[in-house]
Formats: sequence, C-alpha cells, structure tokens
Amino acid sequence: MTSDSRFVPLVLKTDTEPLMNKNLIASACKFISLVFVFAFISFASHAQEIPTEPTAIQAGETLFNANCKACHAVKRKLVGPALAGVESRAPSMQWIIDFVHNSARVIASGDEYAVKLYNEYNKTQMTAFTSLKDEDIMNILAYVKAEAEKVEAPPPGQGTPTTAQTDAVSSQYLNVILVGLVVILLLLLIILGLLVSALKRFLDQKELSEEEKEIIHSPITVASVTRSPGFIFLVVFLVAALGFKAVINSLFSIGVQQGYAPKQPIAFSHKIHAGQYEIDCKYCHVGVTKGKNATIPSVNICMNCHNQIKQGTLTGEGEISKIVSAFENNRPIEWVRIHNLPDLAYFNHAQHVNVGGVECQTCHGPIETMDVVQQHALLTMGWCIDCHRKTDVKGSGNPYYEKLIEFHKKGKVPLKVEEIGGLECSKCHY
Amino acid sequence: MEESKKVYWKGIEQLANSQEFVKHAPHEFAQPGPEEDLGHSRRDFLKMMGFGVSAVALAACEAPVRKAIPYVNKPMDTEASIADYFASTYINGGEYCSILVKTREGRPIKIEGNALSKVTNGGTNAQVEASVLSLYDNARLRGPKSGTKRIEWADMDSQITAKLNEVSGAGGQIRIVSNTILSPSTLAVLERFRAKYPTTQIVQYDQVSAYGMLKANEESFGSAFIPSYDFSKANVIVGIGADFLGNWLSSSIEFTQQYAKTREVSEEKRDMSRHYQFETVLSITGANADYRTQIKASQEGAVVAALYNLLAGKAGRPTVASGDAKANLLSKAADDLWNSRGKALVVAGSNDKAVQLLVNAINDILGSYGSTINTSLPVNYKKGDDQAMATFVSDAEAGRIGAVIFYNCNPVYDYPAGEKLAAAIKKIGLSVCTNSKEDETATLVNYKAPDHHFLESWNDAEPKRNHFSLSQPSITPIFKSRSAQESFLTWAGESNTDYFEFVKNSWRTRFFGTQTLFADFQNFWDKCLYDGVYDLPVAAAAPVTFNGDVNGAAGSIASTYKSGQWEVVIYESGNVGNGSQANNPLLQELPDPITKVVWDHYVTVAPKDANGINFSESFTKFATIKVNGKTVKLPVMVQPGQTPGTIGIPLGYGRTKAGKVADNIGVNAYPLVSIVNGSLGYSSSNVEFAITDERFQLAQTQTHNTFMGRQTVIQEVDLGSFKKDVTAGTFDPKISTWLDPEHKTDPELVSIWKGHDYPNHHWGMSIDLNTCIGCGSCIVACNVENNVALVGREEVIARREMHWLRIDRYYSSDAKADDWRGVEEASENPEVVFQPMLCQHCNNAPCETVCPVAATTHSTEGLNQMTYNRCIGTRYCANNCPYKVRRFNWFKYHDNSQFEQVNPAMNTDIGKMVLNPDVTVRSRGVMEKCTFCVQRIQLSKLNARKEKRRVKDGEVVTACQAACATGAIVFGDMNDPESKISKLLKIRPLIKDRPTINDKDADNPRAYQVLEEIGIKPNIWYLRKVRNKDIASA
Repeated sequence: MTSDSRFVPLVLKTDTEPLMNKNLIASACKFISLVFVFAFISFASHAQEIPTEPTAIQAGETLFNANCKACHAVKRKLVGPALAGVESRAPSMQWIIDFVHNSARVIASGDEYAVKLYNEYNKTQMTAFTSLKDEDIMNILAYVKAEAEKVEAPPPGQGTPTTAQTDAVSSQYLNVILVGLVVILLLLLIILGLLVSALKRFLDQKELSEEEKEIIHSPITVASVTRSPGFIFLVVFLVAALGFKAVINSLFSIGVQQGYAPKQPIAFSHKIHAGQYEIDCKYCHVGVTKGKNATIPSVNICMNCHNQIKQGTLTGEGEISKIVSAFENNRPIEWVRIHNLPDLAYFNHAQHVNVGGVECQTCHGPIETMDVVQQHALLTMGWCIDCHRKTDVKGSGNPYYEKLIEFHKKGKVPLKVEEIGGLECSKCHY
Repeated sequence: MEESKKVYWKGIEQLANSQEFVKHAPHEFAQPGPEEDLGHSRRDFLKMMGFGVSAVALAACEAPVRKAIPYVNKPMDTEASIADYFASTYINGGEYCSILVKTREGRPIKIEGNALSKVTNGGTNAQVEASVLSLYDNARLRGPKSGTKRIEWADMDSQITAKLNEVSGAGGQIRIVSNTILSPSTLAVLERFRAKYPTTQIVQYDQVSAYGMLKANEESFGSAFIPSYDFSKANVIVGIGADFLGNWLSSSIEFTQQYAKTREVSEEKRDMSRHYQFETVLSITGANADYRTQIKASQEGAVVAALYNLLAGKAGRPTVASGDAKANLLSKAADDLWNSRGKALVVAGSNDKAVQLLVNAINDILGSYGSTINTSLPVNYKKGDDQAMATFVSDAEAGRIGAVIFYNCNPVYDYPAGEKLAAAIKKIGLSVCTNSKEDETATLVNYKAPDHHFLESWNDAEPKRNHFSLSQPSITPIFKSRSAQESFLTWAGESNTDYFEFVKNSWRTRFFGTQTLFADFQNFWDKCLYDGVYDLPVAAAAPVTFNGDVNGAAGSIASTYKSGQWEVVIYESGNVGNGSQANNPLLQELPDPITKVVWDHYVTVAPKDANGINFSESFTKFATIKVNGKTVKLPVMVQPGQTPGTIGIPLGYGRTKAGKVADNIGVNAYPLVSIVNGSLGYSSSNVEFAITDERFQLAQTQTHNTFMGRQTVIQEVDLGSFKKDVTAGTFDPKISTWLDPEHKTDPELVSIWKGHDYPNHHWGMSIDLNTCIGCGSCIVACNVENNVALVGREEVIARREMHWLRIDRYYSSDAKADDWRGVEEASENPEVVFQPMLCQHCNNAPCETVCPVAATTHSTEGLNQMTYNRCIGTRYCANNCPYKVRRFNWFKYHDNSQFEQVNPAMNTDIGKMVLNPDVTVRSRGVMEKCTFCVQRIQLSKLNARKEKRRVKDGEVVTACQAACATGAIVFGDMNDPESKISKLLKIRPLIKDRPTINDKDADNPRAYQVLEEIGIKPNIWYLRKVRNKDIASA
C-alpha cells in the first residue's frame, strides 16, 4: 500500500525551482576530477598478497579517502559494508578486484556471494571503478587491513558528548546545591525560632513593665503579619518580579527579542552548511519561494547528505547521529523557534523572496557566518514599515506590476512598496 | 513703636505647656506618618524593586520556548502553509454533495463544492458547509466499546462473529438497519455479509420519508423509483406542500440551482418562471414563490385533486370525485400550467401515495415526463421503506430478531416508533451499531463499533443512475474508529477487509472497461480520484406511459383526510435539518431562514391564533400541543404566512445524547409522526392546542419583520412592469444642494471628498435578490472561513451574535405607507424578500472617519480594512455604520470555558483543528466585520505575482460566493472592464477618462445600492427583486 497512490491532491503545483545550486554542482565537479587525478597515480605491484609496507598503506589511505569513503568505512556499515576483514570474507583476491572494477558484471554472472551482498544492501550497486589498477586495490586493502588491526583508540570527536555530560552533571549539581540551600535555610529558620523562644524565656525571668511584657508576648495575627516589613518586602518583590517576567515574556511572544540565540537540540551550524559548503538556502528551506513558511527542513532532507556524511567537522558523530536516530525512530526534531511573529501579523516568505527578490540576509542577517542562529532583525512593525517605505518595487518583467509602474511613471522617483499599498493594514493584519 | 507685651499662644496646649506638648513641639506632624510607622522607607522600596527586577532579568534570560517541529518524512505534495484540495463526497444518510476538501497541514478546514459534478455542480448547502466541524466533534467515540467498557477491535470482532454464527446457525433473523445507502460498494459489502449470514435483511429508512412517492411511481410506471426533476426547464412551477428549495428529497442543492436559472432576469432576458406555492407552513420555497396560497395540511390532497380536475377538464380526460377545495389562485395556476404544457412542473410534498399518484397524473397531462421529469435518470436519495421498517420494529418487539446492526443511523431518535424500538433492542440477543457517537440508539446496543467520519474514509456513491462519486480520506483518522464497511467485511469472515481495496476493485470491474481514455487502471483511478466523480452516459428524458388508478387515489384522499380545528405539520428545520447534525453549533447558531430563530425549538402559529401574545414584547409563551395522544410543550413562534388553524413543528430538536451542544434543546417531534395510508405522514388533524401562561424568550437574530416601507433598502418590481420598462419602480434618490434647490442632484455626485484612484484593483460585489433564496449556506461558509465565533443563545438574545454576514428577511405589510405602527406588522400572507447584508465596503465609509485610533481604514483596492490589533473597542464605528454590520467581541470567545459548549471550535483541542490558520482569532474588546475574504484576495494576488501575470477574473472567490449554489453573489475587480462583475453591473467610472476612479456607477437597470442617498458609495450593488406577477394584482 503506497500512500501516494491514495491521496491525489487537487493542487496544481507551480514549477519548483531547480534545487541544486550551481556551487554544489561545482564542488561535485571538483570531487570527480580529484577522483581521476588519484586514479592515474598508481604504484606498480602485481602481487596478489596484501602489501604491508607503510608506503603502500599511505597510498591506500589516499585512495580510500578519495574513492571509497563516501560509501564505506573500515569498521562501520555505511551505504556499503564495513571493509575490515574483507580479504578473508571474500571468495578470493581476484574476486575483490573484479568486483571493484565492475560489480554489476560480477553480480550478473550469478556469483553467489556477490548476489547475496547485492540483496543484503538493498540492491544498491557499487560504482564501477574501472580506473583503479589492481595494485591500487591492493594498496587500499593494505590500508584497510592496517586500520582494522589498529587498537581501538578513544574516538576524536568526544567533545560534544562530554560537554553534554558535564551539562547534565552540572545541572545535577545545581539541584543538589539547591536542595542543600533549602535545607540550610530551614535549619536557620528552626534555629531562629529556638533563639526567639529562648530569649522570651530569658526576658520573662527579668522584671519588666506590663507594656514591655505585652510587646514580648504580642500574638502573631494576620494583621501583624501583613503589616510586617518582611511580608511587604516579599509581596513587593514578587509583584515586581512577576510583572517584569510577564513583560519580558510578552515581548518574546511578539518577537521583540533581537539577538535571541537559543540552544538548539542539534548543534546545527549555518556557518558550515551555508557558509563553508555554500549550500543554497532553498535546498533545505524548500517552502521559501512557495508559501508563507520558509519551512524548517524535514529530516529526510538532512538525510539526503547525511546518509553518507556521518562525521561532522566540529562535533564528530555526536550531532549527526541525532539526525540519524530521529530518522530511524521516526521522531521529529523539536527545534526551538527563533523568529516569532505574533499571530495577528501575516508574513509570507514567497511574496518577499520569490516576488520581491529580497535576499535572505536582509532580514536574517549574515546567516552564513552563524554557528548558532540568532534573531538579527528587530521584527517590530516599525522595522517592517521602514523597509516598505525604502524598498523599490522590483516589478519590471512582471505583468502584475506593469500597469502600476506605468501609472506611477509620472513621477521620477522609483515606485516604492509603500505606494502599492505596502503600508495598508490588511496587507498583514486579517 | 512700643514693644508689645502681649503673649500669643498657638493653642491651649501651649498655654498649659504640658510635657506632652513639649515632647511633640519640634515635629512637623502631630502623628508620625504612615511610612515611619511601617519602619521602612521609600528608599527600601526602590531597593527591593531594583533587586526584584534585576533578579528576574537574570531569570528571564530563558525565553518562553516555542518549538518548530518539521516533518520527519515530508509528504511529496504537501507544503506547510499551502492548502491542498481533495475531491471527495459528503454523504449523510441519503444526503449527497460532491465536494472539495481544503486541508492545511493535514487538517480539513473548509468544504467547498466540486464544480466537476454533474449532480451538485459545485453547489453546497448549510449542512454540507457545517459538516467539517462535525469531524472535530468532541462527542465522537474514541474507540470501540462493549456496553460501557472500552474494548479492543480484535476482541470485539471475535465476540461479534461468534454471536453472529450462533444466531445464524440457529436460523435466527439478522437485520442491518440504516438510512438510505448511496454507496454501491457499501451495498456490495453488505451483500458479502448476507452471503455469510443468509438470514440477514437490510432495512433502509429515511428520517423524512418519500416512501409514498416510491409506491405511487410503482403504481404509475411499474417500478419504485424517484425520477430526476429539472426545474430549469419549467416555465410554470406549482408546489403543493413541497419545500423543494428546503430539503425536499434531499436535493436542495440541485433544485435551487435549477430554480435560480429560471429566475434570472436582465435587460436582455426579460422573462422568468412563474412559481405558485400552496402550503401550510411558510417555507423557504413559499417565501420565494410569486403567488403563495395558504392551505390547511388536510387540504393538500384535495388541492391536488382539484388541480387534476381543472387540468383534466382542459385535456378532455375524465375528472375524479374530489372534495371541495377552495384554494385561491388554483384555477389561475391551472391556466398557466396548461398554457405552458411541456414546460411545466407540479410537485407535492405529501408522503401519501394517493396524493403522489394524482400528481403523477397531473404531470402526465402536462407532458412533464420527458421534459421536466426524467424517469430514465432515477435518484437514490430516498430509498427508505416505511413498511419494512415498521415490520422490523414489530418483529423486534415480538422477539423475532436474533441480531441487529445499526449502520450509521439513529432510529431510537428519528424513527417515529423509536420508543418502542428502544424497548425492543433489549430483547435482541446481539445489537451492534457503527454510529460514530454514543447517541440515543448507540447507548442501548451491546457493541459500539464507531465508523470513521466521511472525511476520514474511503467510499463511493451513486446519487443518480450512472453518476458516480468517490470519497477519499483527507485526514488520518483522529480516533480509533474503523470504517464500517471494514467491520462488515471482518464480521463476514472475509480475508481481505481493506475497504479501500474493495472500492478500488469494484471500480476496476465496473468502470475501467467503460472508458477508452486510459489504458492503465491506475491512471484511470487517479483521474477519478482527482475529479471526485465519474459519469456514464445517461439516457435522455423520454415520455412514459402513466398507468395509475386516479379514481382510486381520489377516493382514498377523500376518505383519509378530515380537517380538524387544529392541524399540525411536522417539517425539517431550516438550520439543523433532520437532527443528525444537531450537535454542530454552526447549524444551531445559523438562523432559520424564515423564523430567524437560533438555538431554540418552537411551534409556528399564525398571528390570528396567537391569543394572549403581545407582539410588541420580546417574550412569547409556551403552548401545549397534543398530537394523536402525545403531548409536547414548546414556545410559540408567531409566524406570518402560517395558515390560521394550523401549527408547524420543526424536526431535528429534542436530542438527548447528541453531545454538549444539542442536548436538551426543545423536544423530539419524530414521535408525533404517524402512519397514513401505509407510509409516514407528516401532518395530522387530531390535534389539541393551547397557549399557556408560561413566558419564554426565543433567541432570534431579527425581530422586526418588515422593511417599513423604506424603498432605499428593498426594491422590487413585478415582471409585467419590468418587461415594459426595465427601470419601472426604481427608487432613484435625489438630493438638493445649494446650487440645486430643486432636489434633483444624484447623491453620488456630491461628496466632501475628492475622488481618489484605485490604481490596481477595485473589488466589488453584486447580490441578486432574485436568485438569493435565503438558505443561509453563505453564513456558515463565512463562519468557517473567517473563524467567526459562535456565542450561544443568551448572547444572541443580547443581540451579540458575531455573524459577519446576515440574511435579512423582510415581509410585506398590508398597512398604508403612512401608518407607522401598522407597517411594522406583516400581512397574514406576506410576500417575502431575503437580503444578504454584510459590510458594504463604502468608499466614503462613515466608520472610518470616527475611529479615534485609525483602526479601520480604506485600502487602495476599495476594501474597508479592520485592524484588530489596533482597535481599542470604542465602538464608535459600529454606531456610525448605517448597515449595522460591525460586530463587537463582548467577550473572549476563545480559550474560555464559559463558551466551550457553544463554541468548541475555539475552546477544545480537537475543535481548534478546524480554525483557518490564515485568519486571526479575535480577542475580547475588538470590533470585527466582513473583510471581503481579504486572505483569499491576497492569496490570489500572490499566486498571480509568482506566475508573473494579472489576477484572472473569477480567481478570487469569496467564501459566501463559493457557497452560494444559485450564484446570487458575484465578486470581482471592477477596474477590469472584462470581469464578470463589470459586465453584469455594467460598471461605468463617473469620470470618463479615469477608469480607476473610486466613484463608479452601475448601468444595469436592476442594480441599486442600499441607502444610496446618504452618499457613502458602497462597493456592493444589489439587483432588484422581480416577481413574476401580473400588473393587475401587483
């Protein structure tokens, strides 16, 4: 039962933008050319035995990184099987070489092991590496063998998990400290109570006037408590504190929180993705040209790349594994929302990005330099209006606006958003 | 100067110089101030304040976290914030509508008509529009139940199957009871069930039965069916107690569309149908008739017989013996019918086969068969068999039934012998129901196996022969319900119980071979699902041979009906209908088209008979009504147009287990229905009626009855005059100015403002009073689209209903124009006009000039904008609005437990799923009003800009326009001379070379604006009502 055959929506979709940005294509080209360069650098060796000399291992490492790493790891299953021990698993060395050169042919020949492998890995066919010479393959195997034999060293990307642990630990400490403080305070209260009663007893033994006795034995009534300075202090403090908190919260709820950069469940870095790798914003934020929401990417979009890329540059496997586990457990990632417009304001990304041609950075700031995203713009109505006053309508070539631009041509100043109703209430409030 | 030796002292204390005085003398105040008394100073206060604020500033660094949760696997064709539409089918018993379901983020939020359907042609009605909220009804069953205990489906299935086998093995009788089943696949499923348990019989009944008509057609033409009627081909229509614009034959959508086609008039087409109505209770159909005659319920048969005799006389056929029926206008109607032979149609509402047989004979004389009636295209809306149902109840009482399954029906409530059935259910060994709620029937049965809501399920329907329609889920089932068909298949022991596969396979075997367009079944199926409908060729209307015994029928009529001192008519209510959707507050708060009552049940009584009720008071009184020995007590609704000596009781109220909304409103009128001539009779002459002294206030949205002679509000003309002169009777207001003391100036030419331009669009609306039948589906559509709050009975009584769009219903008055008191009273048999009233989006809007905070302003597209977040609630605008269309939020209607019962859409977690995310939910203390569906305008504009084009005419459709089956509402851009509205109204800019000026006039002779003379220049035009009356009688 496939769900897509059941639900046929009646929406006629507009043409979607080509999602792959040219930068991405360029980097792919670079990658492929690198593959070729390495393919031509080869070491002469015809032996069917796996070499053990360090040069071979080193050469193997370079080749492995260039050709194999995308789908294979030594000790982990990725798209393809873990390669450790492949030399003893596979039927023969020649088999390995044939399979690397053209796996399809081996599978088509009906080779039992190849077919089994093929089925086991969801019928994903390995790319044919016809350019790899036999000795290259042996070098790679040498590297694999050497890696496999290495004693398990502590993994390098431990930073994040430990900090997470320390976080947890520190919050645990915090709780302990809090409980300790409460206990101490309670003890103090008891001691003070004891002191008061002791003093009373002491004073009772002294000769005192009636007036003074009355003061000592004055009962604690509701009136005396409510009039006591301590109580009034407490009330004033609570009222002021709660009032202030309410104001802050309401400011947050209408989005007046410039610089707000909350911790996200996954330490996703725009600096790496948008800045370093120059992935187009629209690749992940697919809704930005279509509708109101730019949309936070669904996990399957992350998995397009992270299906293969399991190691992060900053955080190793720690963060990326969260995506994988979300995907595998079918549990959505609960991101913390940064830009919160109040419900009474309607903002549509498609109008601004698609029709108006506004850059993402205009409102979101230098997002490609942010490791942690923060709210760049003020997001107040004044800020919106200000932009609508200053911005020219990019309407040329759009027949929707042509009539309006013509209508406006009498003046020499370019048509501003303000003049096509950009300041009208029901453009944003309805 | 000698030094004075006098001693002055301030007071007696100083003179005395007491110790006390000396102690206090240096102090300014005799008593210490309160601050000092408290022992802490202002400074301390500030310290505390500072500490508090800084402490919280630290604490507040942690913002209230709002989450954004994307999909894990985003479905291919769904984008957040972009609506998807699914073609589907509304099925509620025999009621049918082909629909488009608008979903946002996987939630259905609005229902619209499917224009591809050849049955409903894109129309909807109030029941269909409201049904989207029934999906989110909190009273729905959460999952299967055995008695009152939760149970797992598998356990229930094994228990039920075991019992069914036991009953079947012992030869016990099994019954499946349901309302009319429209779905051929469901019927096939039930056949599978019957194949497994051969003693099964399927009993179908209808809340409002048409069994008499089925029987009459069986006698007349040899088979029991209901033909297709085509009002659009009729020049003369005579209705005798048939509320065909209401819910007669569950076909209101089709009939209103057809009827409206015959009612369109213009300068070019100066002709329209003529409609006579003979009826007891003033129905929406009677309200739209050109000539309406009041008759008693017992006279219906006699009027039909008399009409037959008149026509038989003309046609040279033998007449029948008939009692004396003195109905006004009957011979005039007969003359008109005879003159339009072949283009005439007579329909009667009676469920008596004798009456229907005579109606068939009349239509046969008139040659209607083959033109206005198509017998080769029978409809399936009413298949209820009154006799089979009566037999079932008596069998159950006698203990002859071994097992019963109620398939989505509630006979304990809506079958007249429901009480008997309720007692009998206990005698049945196994009772199961698939109702989605624990309603009156479900609470009595052993097993509750809740079915999905129609928006959650797969299904198909055949409303008319060879017209098919698919229903597809537009949301994942909310609760642990299961498709009833799947339940039947499971109980029948089928191996494959997937109903989706079942429907798909039955379409494969039945329809795939009938077409040549698609070679691959999947493509064919996708296309059917996309369209929602699939039609096979239908035979053209052909004449048929009538073989009825008219004399026998006339004899039966004469002997059956005796007039009584009081007569009662039981009819379907104009808002809650037959009561199956009574728990839908959208319908409870929808004013009945005629009485304008909401949330209350009543009896309609003619003004003459309402002794002791003072009309000038807002209170009415209770009356006791005894029908066939059963007594009910209901408040009196004084109804002009009601035949004196008769009372009307609407069905649909008196629910006891429908849910929070509907429970305990009024009384159940179904038990008052009796069996007449073998089928259910919805009138009776065995009635006692007395008005008591107990006072009651009905919640009504409109309490004044007539338009009090204000021609500027309602303009109408008779067709005779209109034919001669299209401007006849037009009220063209003139005013005088200092330049023109002669009172000759057109008010639209006078303004204190200079005209301005709408350079882009100029939105305008036209409402045709001739094709508006007053049904109210636009009101429900508006409510759903715009998140309009429902306020409940008490608030409506306080005049605080929130509807943005209302339909004013005006009666004519017999009083002279200068009799100010008299014009407020309606005639005994008044003419009725319906006028939808909404914000007129005035170009010189009076509301805008009085708002102190500029919360209501004008846009450059002609819209009168209302900005909620700016509004401070002075209500100046509402006071200054001449149309009284601005509504004020007196309370916070959302997230307020006080309104949870009446407004679940804003107060329960499930209910909130229906809200339109593009429209703000308003809070307390702000004004609101019609926005011309600005969210739809903005969306269409955005789509146009994205696709680099202008907005196409017809692209922006307001919710009310979409819901209007008759097409009375037209909306569009008046700056575009090619738009439908510009052409319909013949829009002309007042200054010739400025086509975009705000001042536009309509040259259509029927177009007028309400209160034009006050110069506020609305953007809504009304088209004058034209009645097809002779000039003499006008």
